[in-house]
Amino acid sequence: MNPEAEAKAPPADEEATSAGPLAFPPVSARGGGAAAMRLIVPLQGIVQGRGGLVLGSLIPCALFYFLQIYLKRNRSSPSPSSSSPPADEAELPGIVRTLSRASLGSARSPAAVSSRAVSVAKSSDSAAYFVGYKKCSEDPYHPLDNPDGVIQLGLAENHLSFDLIEGWFATNSKNSWFDERQGGLNINGLATYQPSDGLMELKMAIAGFMGQVVQGSVSFNPSRIILTAGATSAIEILSFCLGDHGNGFLVPSPYYPGYDRNTKWTAGIEVIPVPCRSTDNFSFSIAALERAYDQAKKRGVKVRAVLFSNPSNPVGNLLQRKLLHDLLDFATEKNIHVIADEVFAGSTYGNEEFVSMAEILNSDDEFDRSRVHIIYSLSKDLSVPGFRTGLIYSFNDQVLSVASKLTRFSSISAPTQRLLISMLTDSDFITRYIKVNRSRLRAMHALFVDGLKQLGIKCVKSGGGFYCWADMSQFMKSYSEKGEFELWKELLDLAKINATPGTACHCIEPGWFRFCFTTLTEKDVPVIMERFKRIFDSR
Amino acid sequence: MMLTGLIAPFHFSFTWFVACFLKLTTMAKSCVPLSELATSNTHGEDSPYFAGWKAYDEEPYDAAENPSGVIQMGLAENQVSFDLLEEYLEQHPEATGWGCGISGFRENALFQDYRGLRAFRQAMATFMEKIRGERAKFDPERIVLTAGATAANELLTFILADPGDCLLIPAPYYPGFDRDLRWRTGANIIPVHCNSSNGFQITTQNLEAAFAEAVAMGFRVRGVLITNPSNPLGTTISRPVLEEILVFAARNDIHLISDEIYSGSVFSPDEFVSMAEIVEERGYKDCERVHVVYSLSKDLGLPGFRVGAIYSYNDRVVTTARKMSSFTLVSSQTQKMLASMLSDRVFVENYLETNRKRLKERHDYIVEGLKDAGIECLRGNAGLFCWMNLAPLLKETTREGELELWKLILQEVKLNISPGSSCHCSEAGWFRVCFANMSQRTLEVALRRMRNFMDGPTPIRRITSLPFKAEMALKQKAYSDLESQAHLQIYLKNKHEDALSLLQEEARIKDETIAHQQTLINLMKAELAKTRPPSG
Repeated sequence: MNPEAEAKAPPADEEATSAGPLAFPPVSARGGGAAAMRLIVPLQGIVQGRGGLVLGSLIPCALFYFLQIYLKRNRSSPSPSSSSPPADEAELPGIVRTLSRASLGSARSPAAVSSRAVSVAKSSDSAAYFVGYKKCSEDPYHPLDNPDGVIQLGLAENHLSFDLIEGWFATNSKNSWFDERQGGLNINGLATYQPSDGLMELKMAIAGFMGQVVQGSVSFNPSRIILTAGATSAIEILSFCLGDHGNGFLVPSPYYPGYDRNTKWTAGIEVIPVPCRSTDNFSFSIAALERAYDQAKKRGVKVRAVLFSNPSNPVGNLLQRKLLHDLLDFATEKNIHVIADEVFAGSTYGNEEFVSMAEILNSDDEFDRSRVHIIYSLSKDLSVPGFRTGLIYSFNDQVLSVASKLTRFSSISAPTQRLLISMLTDSDFITRYIKVNRSRLRAMHALFVDGLKQLGIKCVKSGGGFYCWADMSQFMKSYSEKGEFELWKELLDLAKINATPGTACHCIEPGWFRFCFTTLTEKDVPVIMERFKRIFDSR
Repeated sequence: MMLTGLIAPFHFSFTWFVACFLKLTTMAKSCVPLSELATSNTHGEDSPYFAGWKAYDEEPYDAAENPSGVIQMGLAENQVSFDLLEEYLEQHPEATGWGCGISGFRENALFQDYRGLRAFRQAMATFMEKIRGERAKFDPERIVLTAGATAANELLTFILADPGDCLLIPAPYYPGFDRDLRWRTGANIIPVHCNSSNGFQITTQNLEAAFAEAVAMGFRVRGVLITNPSNPLGTTISRPVLEEILVFAARNDIHLISDEIYSGSVFSPDEFVSMAEIVEERGYKDCERVHVVYSLSKDLGLPGFRVGAIYSYNDRVVTTARKMSSFTLVSSQTQKMLASMLSDRVFVENYLETNRKRLKERHDYIVEGLKDAGIECLRGNAGLFCWMNLAPLLKETTREGELELWKLILQEVKLNISPGSSCHCSEAGWFRVCFANMSQRTLEVALRRMRNFMDGPTPIRRITSLPFKAEMALKQKAYSDLESQAHLQIYLKNKHEDALSLLQEEARIKDETIAHQQTLINLMKAELAKTRPPSG
């Protein structure tokens, strides 16, 4: 055996199998006789040493890529465009790139990006979401102007009480900035550097608001609040605080698809779904958590927290007090954290009572609070998603101090904070808003779910959120993910309704859909039901 | 009876012990673990740069309330043109985004497109072109908005480097990079050491040396990040140097991040060349590795608004950055407000011109003031700070010596300035002094304090600053300054022999003669040759 080859033959461990082929790109690309032999001999070592089939197919592929790269490098580079930016791709991230050979190969092309950027670019990011979203923006439904347009039921936004917010702004537009005591506008409190974790005045105002939406069942301490640019970055920051790269968070599924990117993209935390079933009303059980925990452990993934939404997104159910208690016991036993995403806390409409994790802690002195963290945001309950105002409410002092430093990367614009302070401190308005918004939510929910019921579509009994979770499995051609996708496509293309398929939320049972009804008016509901009917009748 | 008396305390202490033990074990268990990031000291905030801020926060200067407090000269904030912003906002209440009618507000509050408002990106692009004298074009579709340049730089690092990779950054560099670029990304920074011999200019040799060093340390180099105009130097990078840097990046197949957040704060617009211009002049050759970072915090003086941007010529980077910007979006209300402000051509032109003029006046004022006190600064032409040389005051020319002086200035002179070592400057004795975050009055107070310090009996400077004073007098040949003359006479009478040999020795040891020392030596030699002190 060629001594050189022997010297280069990598040990048959994992590192070698991944790094081995990559170690010789220029040689393989040129493919000269002797050079090729030098390459192939050690490769054979790998192939024989470990799963030959996989590597046997991987290596030719790798060689093919290097050849491609080599050719690409030697071609004249296409004239780079200052005028043709990736506009379309921005709207459809992932879809085009995922399958493109160029993107796989370019990990080694000139000006390579990091592997985490490659995985972000690859992440399909619920392609369905974006295709549907695009159709809605291109051809939006309007009862008079565009009655055949696409109706958006995939967007968890609340327009039901926007008239109230608008009314407030119309009468209070100037006050928030003009400080009478200072004799007019004072830009010093706006323009200069402010604390990155938010203004104390806003923390106090939001703490009051949070107490009000849970109807005084618990009071929140402003000094435990860290303000962030939306709940998205609140989850990102908590991920950085609670887990290391490669650790996992248990998340009952179906879950809000954003969790994957919020925990994974930068912090590298893996979401470990804890599948819930329709027979349990999609509520998780401690037994299911145990199972997922054990499986993760077997895989060598360290679980650091349980992350769940309450009221749940996409199902809309509220978690029972008992379950929350049990969850805390489970977290204590495993010595892990609990992250309660309560962004819909103020958007409940049923007769059921919403129980905040903070309330459980108040009633239970035994429990170690330092493992509990709550996510909240004004995007849903106050209908101002554009203002990017979210927060972490943590009972852990160290997390508060680290998160406060981390908000440097995602802080909220000072003028927006000032604006929200003056709005939230108008207690008459806020009280009225919460009350009216709840009753409108309730009415719209009843109307929409009723309409579905008449079509024979059942929804999970829900108590909060902007959506209902409907069982459409009877309309699928096959009881599978594919069947669900086809149905989704049919809804979008024929009925011109954009909804969120359960698969996008990692639901294990096919045929479930999330319909958001808070962007509708009452008159839209019959139109939607008619469209559903048309499709289902034609079968 | 006796027995129980004996047992009882024992029993008590035993239970107590058990209780304690149990409590300890439960405490150990209940201490729920956090991430390494949260528990380690990797946040990079240990440097005196941040310590000085704390000292300021504890007793901030206030002309009326606390006249002996610390003056903050460590914060690069631009307040010299606030009146223009206030004036604009008062005249255009509709710009604030909710006085302009109800329909506009609805769209604005609900606006969720993570690409950002088209009108705002267009306004940003035009603003950036304006700052560069229309010599470079910016396409709004390539602008990715972030909540400040801090986030923009971090986001680029996430995209360009994997944990364990490194970026090359010409030093001295902004101390915040140690935190912003490394903390969460796991990337490393290798400084490209520049020195005073050529005014801290970046050279290909220095870049290559840093590259070789990084490779020798086992790092994969993914990019070079420059700040142009430089923070902390307050200087712009010349066209040939920029070209060299781009060639260097292309040769080594790495990225080039050009942080241009002070581009509108160059005193004379012609003195700034953007990397965007270089890219265009080269016909977009190698452009896919170039990324420009911008922000409104410095040029517009609006750090509280948290608006930063990535401008990349690389499609993949634009797409990925846009997706990842969901962690650091700018409030729609703020976007709308700034869109109208930046689209107002008259306002923008007037603002830029006035702001440049005022910054230059401030800069010249402080540089002159320091010169009067006997302190030299690097010749600067941009930014909100000057790069001050206090090396002659150091007891020993080391980092420790520098920090000793820094502490002295913080505690006794009550000025928070940023020591060069926190910027990874390879030469001891340099300090960054910010001048735009205070009123003219406060600046005057700061200069007075500095002058008193230089004239005072502080032990460190007693010997060392004399030659410096002498140098001033000699250089200016203006002997009307009686004080300088007195210094000069004392120096020439008593100390000149010792001091001269000391300086020469120092210059020899360091093998790199600091410019002013060389000048001084020459001047002194000339004076000594005349063998008598000049008379007024």
